Amino acid sequence: MTEPQLVRVLSADGTFAPTPAAERYLPLIDALGDAELEQFYRDMVMVRAFDQEATNLQRQGQMALWPPSLGQEAAQVGSARAARTQDHVFPSYREHVVCSIRGVDPVNIIRLMRGNTHGGWDPFDPANGNTHLYTLVLGAQVLHATGLAMGLAFDGRSGTGNVDRDEAVIVYFGDGASSQGDVHESMVFAASYNAPEVFFLQNNQWAISVPVATQTKVPFYRRGDGYGIPGVQIDGNDVLASFATTRAALDSARVGEGPQFIEAVTYRMGAHTTSDDPTKYRARDEEQKWRGRDPIARFRTYLAGRGASDAFFTGVDEEAKAYAADTRTRTLALQAPGAELMFDHVYSEPHPRIDEQRAWRDQYEATFDVAGSEAGANE
Amino acid sequence: MSVTATSANLSAEAAPESAIKTMTIMRALNEGLRRAMAESDRVVLMGEDIGKLGGVFRITEGLQAEFGERRVLDTPLAESGIVGTAIGMAMVGFRPVCEIQFDGFVFPAFDQITAQLAKMTNRHEGALSMPVVIRIPYGGHIGAIEHHQESPEAYFTHTPGLRVVSPSTPNDAYWMIQDAINSNDPVIFLEPKGRYWIKGEVNTAERAVPLHASRVVRQGTDVTLVGHGAIVAMLLQAAELAATEGTSIEVVDVRSLSPVDFDPIVASVQKTGRMVYAQEAPGFTSVGSEISATVTERAFYSLEAPVLRVSGWDVPFPPAKIEGAYLPDVDRILEAVDRSLAY
Repeated sequence: MTEPQLVRVLSADGTFAPTPAAERYLPLIDALGDAELEQFYRDMVMVRAFDQEATNLQRQGQMALWPPSLGQEAAQVGSARAARTQDHVFPSYREHVVCSIRGVDPVNIIRLMRGNTHGGWDPFDPANGNTHLYTLVLGAQVLHATGLAMGLAFDGRSGTGNVDRDEAVIVYFGDGASSQGDVHESMVFAASYNAPEVFFLQNNQWAISVPVATQTKVPFYRRGDGYGIPGVQIDGNDVLASFATTRAALDSARVGEGPQFIEAVTYRMGAHTTSDDPTKYRARDEEQKWRGRDPIARFRTYLAGRGASDAFFTGVDEEAKAYAADTRTRTLALQAPGAELMFDHVYSEPHPRIDEQRAWRDQYEATFDVAGSEAGANE
Repeated sequence: MSVTATSANLSAEAAPESAIKTMTIMRALNEGLRRAMAESDRVVLMGEDIGKLGGVFRITEGLQAEFGERRVLDTPLAESGIVGTAIGMAMVGFRPVCEIQFDGFVFPAFDQITAQLAKMTNRHEGALSMPVVIRIPYGGHIGAIEHHQESPEAYFTHTPGLRVVSPSTPNDAYWMIQDAINSNDPVIFLEPKGRYWIKGEVNTAERAVPLHASRVVRQGTDVTLVGHGAIVAMLLQAAELAATEGTSIEVVDVRSLSPVDFDPIVASVQKTGRMVYAQEAPGFTSVGSEISATVTERAFYSLEAPVLRVSGWDVPFPPAKIEGAYLPDVDRILEAVDRSLAY
């Protein structure tokens, strides 16, 4: 479901061929230097290697499951690179590269999917770039993002007109989550309070086995209209379109122009998660068609045309290989948490029932052979 | 699943000599749903990925191919939407069976279940019934990530207007899903997902006990172990082990969490004088709490020891790597048995 006003800068074969709707974004792209463009490419290649390695690790029993980001690299890299340092990011659960670009160590995502933790990192540690935790209940984080954006507006942390200081929020969700009431309620609140927020919907065509046609009869970006939120549809496999539209939307939102909506049309080239087999519900030729629109191949052709050297591409490939190998090493070295962890942080202050149960369990555990204690055994 | 295979199953079912079949809980639910759908065209299945994919646990496998897309709806991804529209469909005579993909995903539908569905008959002063079934795979032991291993039964048993049941065997799964569909009240149907793959005999000709009956599943004289869902198998294991040490344990499968059939439980405790309730859910204000309190009231003069409970701790279901320290196991159950016997 693509529209005449689709924003695309690079066509599937890597040609620089902006659509009419892309014209207004070209100054943002012209301003990008070689180093920035090469960084986009590096980000995409690195996360694909990481994602592939994580998928393999799951298959080898190292994780409970893994949601692959294969095919969605351009939508994620472009938008994440468009966010400014002071911005706040709410991923769904597939935005691995968004997390790493913001500074989150992606092995923390593996810890989450391994069943070592329900969180993985501290969004309030400056090293993590204001990146919030993954949310597995679909769409729930969209309301949190809206509330945080409302708070920024109420506190005067946005809307002063200074793009280098004003803060904004970008929230990621998918075509499936778009059906949740929480997402619709988010748009109502965001519009009502003029929240500095960008709704970034990756339409990857499939909610596990359910095609996008079941979730909507109009292109998603037009839903914004109903809530008074300007929307734009982009080719989600074009990293330049993703960067430019997100940069423009976030800057509009941050200076007080209210929430913005971006629909990135892309494709989940892998399974929903490693628990699922896409051959049961979708056709091979559809997958083949989208493979022809691969976000990385397209951008590589473009960069090569601009004069990027073979050495650059080889270097990135080497770097990605090392990154994947490092991911494997660090994953295999992960230690299971101690069982006593479950009694921590249930409340922010001491709670008699938790204290009592923790103490009971400690005593109970002490009746067993100490050598068989759970930390090592469960790993 | 091919259409041919499905029709073969149907004709096999008509033949009385093959009334006893061995199958998994997963398969028993599938067969139970198939039979209910064949018996009434008002039965409609609704849920995420339940059509073409057959559900993430394959409980509805083949049913859309057999009954069509208007009988098995691959719904938009919205739990509140699934339950809310099921209510509307029930208003015009459908008998919707909703699938919630995992226990932790039921909460977006919480308003529709507890404040809407549960109260419809009451608000309509009996002019309307709500034959809606909500199937929820629940419980731990599968090593999955957050929101995929919870036991939310107490939220629903605490809500007047809802019936809440949980089968523990293939035979119960087969009959209870059909009985739930035939109920004119809303039924929260909790499926012990950790046991989906275990096999057992199913008698497709005759149901053993009614939907809301509790049942003694092992005779004993010293202590009564009571539980529901996946933990019943663990209680039987504990009883087996205790027997080797000379303790005779009676096991009761509650089956129906609301209403609870107290008589068999009370009768058992009157015989043994001791009871331990075990469940995966956190213990505080839980099904185990309620059943323990009622048994204490009804069997007070028979009790030799306080009724004890073994449950998940009162903490969020932990990360999978440490779920073993959260979920009750045979050791913790037997520790409680020992404590009971020590009184």
